Amino acid sequence: MLRILRKTQRVGVITEPLPEDGELALEQVGAQLKARVGEMFGGSLAIREVDAGSCNGCELEIHALNNPYYGIERFGVHFVASPRHADMLLVTGPVSRHMEAALKRTYEATPDPKLVIAVGECGANGGEFGVSYASCGAVANVVPVDAVILGCPPTPLKLMLGILEAIGKRARR
Amino acid sequence: MTQEQRNSWINTFVDSLTLRGAEFTMPRSTSLAPAALIGVRAEDWDRVGQEAKASDCRWVAAWGEDCGQQFTINVCLYKPSDYLVVRTTVERATPVLASHTPYFPAADRPERHIQDMFGVAFMDHPDTRRWTRHQAWSDKEFPLRKEFPAAGGIAGSTPPDDQYRFLSAQGAGVYEIPVGPVHAGIIEPGHFRFQAVGELVLNLEEHLGYVHKGIEKIAEGRDAAGLARLAGRVSGDSTVAHTWAACMAMERAAGVTPPERALYLRALMCERERVVNHLGDIGAVLNDVAFAFGFYQFGRLREDWTRLSGQAFGHRFMMDRIVPGGVTTNIEQSAIDAMRQQARALPEELTKLMAIVDDNASIEDRLETTGVLSLELAKALGCVGYVGRASGQPFDVRRDVSYAPYDRLTVKVPLYRYGDVAARVKVRAEECLASCELIAQLLDTLPSGALKATWSAPSSTVEGVGMIDGWRGEIISYVRFAADGRIARFFPRDPSWTTWPALEKLVRDNIVPDFPVCNKSVNGSYSGHDL
Repeated sequence: MLRILRKTQRVGVITEPLPEDGELALEQVGAQLKARVGEMFGGSLAIREVDAGSCNGCELEIHALNNPYYGIERFGVHFVASPRHADMLLVTGPVSRHMEAALKRTYEATPDPKLVIAVGECGANGGEFGVSYASCGAVANVVPVDAVILGCPPTPLKLMLGILEAIGKRARR
Repeated sequence: MTQEQRNSWINTFVDSLTLRGAEFTMPRSTSLAPAALIGVRAEDWDRVGQEAKASDCRWVAAWGEDCGQQFTINVCLYKPSDYLVVRTTVERATPVLASHTPYFPAADRPERHIQDMFGVAFMDHPDTRRWTRHQAWSDKEFPLRKEFPAAGGIAGSTPPDDQYRFLSAQGAGVYEIPVGPVHAGIIEPGHFRFQAVGELVLNLEEHLGYVHKGIEKIAEGRDAAGLARLAGRVSGDSTVAHTWAACMAMERAAGVTPPERALYLRALMCERERVVNHLGDIGAVLNDVAFAFGFYQFGRLREDWTRLSGQAFGHRFMMDRIVPGGVTTNIEQSAIDAMRQQARALPEELTKLMAIVDDNASIEDRLETTGVLSLELAKALGCVGYVGRASGQPFDVRRDVSYAPYDRLTVKVPLYRYGDVAARVKVRAEECLASCELIAQLLDTLPSGALKATWSAPSSTVEGVGMIDGWRGEIISYVRFAADGRIARFFPRDPSWTTWPALEKLVRDNIVPDFPVCNKSVNGSYSGHDL
């Protein structure tokens, strides 16, 4: 136990305020995100992530949102296990034909009002896979999409910005 | 005949096959070097399986190809320290071949994949159910036949695949747990069907194929650069290793040799990919047994490494940095220094963290004797990578069938025999240490010079095969060019093909709540398997 405490103390808090070159600082994005989530979702935005056919690259970056550097939960954003608990679906693609029905059912299981974000090049436009006998391409070809986050895969910061933009868009409606 | 050829097990194999009455349809060829290539008649296919079993080979992979009137079927075998590809052809009108599954359980799903994609029937296969095919195409259509259009012929939406015939269990107190395809987490989709009594898992059956994206089909007709991009998305977490394997296959086919510096940079990226994935997964295993400290510490290390990869190579996962003929990105001195420093610092961090983990009796209780994969099963299923190495299968392509630049380096391969989750975690932690040593060696001896050889597409129907040891283990990548220099056939064999069946077996007799930690310790790729 002492060793754990020592390690924890020595590493300290790495959760960041880091201004990356040219990109908006994480803290800044985070503060805005927290304010918006507070305003619109009672301080808690629940996201259900759905891999509808991705290569798993996007999943790695979505996972990174929970590492101690990004710590997205501190902004009131958390990932849930069931679409029935979700305010937002974060869908990676391309949507394989074998996942088409499962994605639709997940969408239907999510209570209104719901936000859907298509993540990554494949989710946004089919990417390297496009439309084929096995792939429906973009998420928007299968369920209504409110916003897209481009990148192959999008970085964690881009994901946070994209989530922020999407809920901002909803606020203006 | 070179010295090497004389000593190889392949000579004995060919002789024994002849004694069994097999006839060869083409002379032994080196066109798939370093693998040897022989051709046999379709009626000898069963003899190949028998002899491979008798010779104690590892059944590595199988793939087919539509060659007009005939389908070519290939099987890749391995025995220290040579690969052998055996090829046969079946008539399009009567596409029937003996199954190798009675000899090698590892052949089960690969053969069913060929059955679904080409319409080749495997006689005496113990399980004739479809595997990759769900409801996106009918049982009369075969996507990898040339006449099947890549666009498919589907109008409207694809129905759910709810008619798959799972094994069923009956008896007092036996119940089923269906899981997926959408899992409760940020994970890829697939279906797991458990039969359990109380907390005990009697049986697990996987139903995969949900992320089948038609990779083999849409590879056809691409140029070399396009195939490299596609290979980089076979499994995003192994983007470096898969792109390297595909480029190696294309380069061997086209006779292009990448410059030394490019090879070193490829290995550098590949080792960084290994470290990053092992760190992330060790953290995730610890998270699954509710040890949050470990999850955050390993998550921190993973992010440190990911960031430096991004700074050094311009992409956090180093995607699309390997191209046919070389690499796209050079690294600056500052990045070299930073990577050297990182490779020096990690062993100390890791040793301390693993000591904390080892000290914790509750973690020990959850990881030791959990999810045991026996040596016999690991061998029968052809398990490679850390799943194999934790169950006494020492194979590592980097060391055993070495390729540049590993042929100049010392590759240490950890080996355990317990086959439990704890052993897999140990192998992965030790692989990180070995990778740090490799990274230091690569950086110390990094040659100067060009990053890329001129790529010229071949003008005949040449073929090549690439073997790379990625972080999950051996990746096999087969490529054949058409005469117009475009891709005629691409088949990537991710090591997950060998570890998914292992997961089904190793979770038996464990408690249902231990499934996540068993699964994470294996961490098969759905995308890399479903193609």
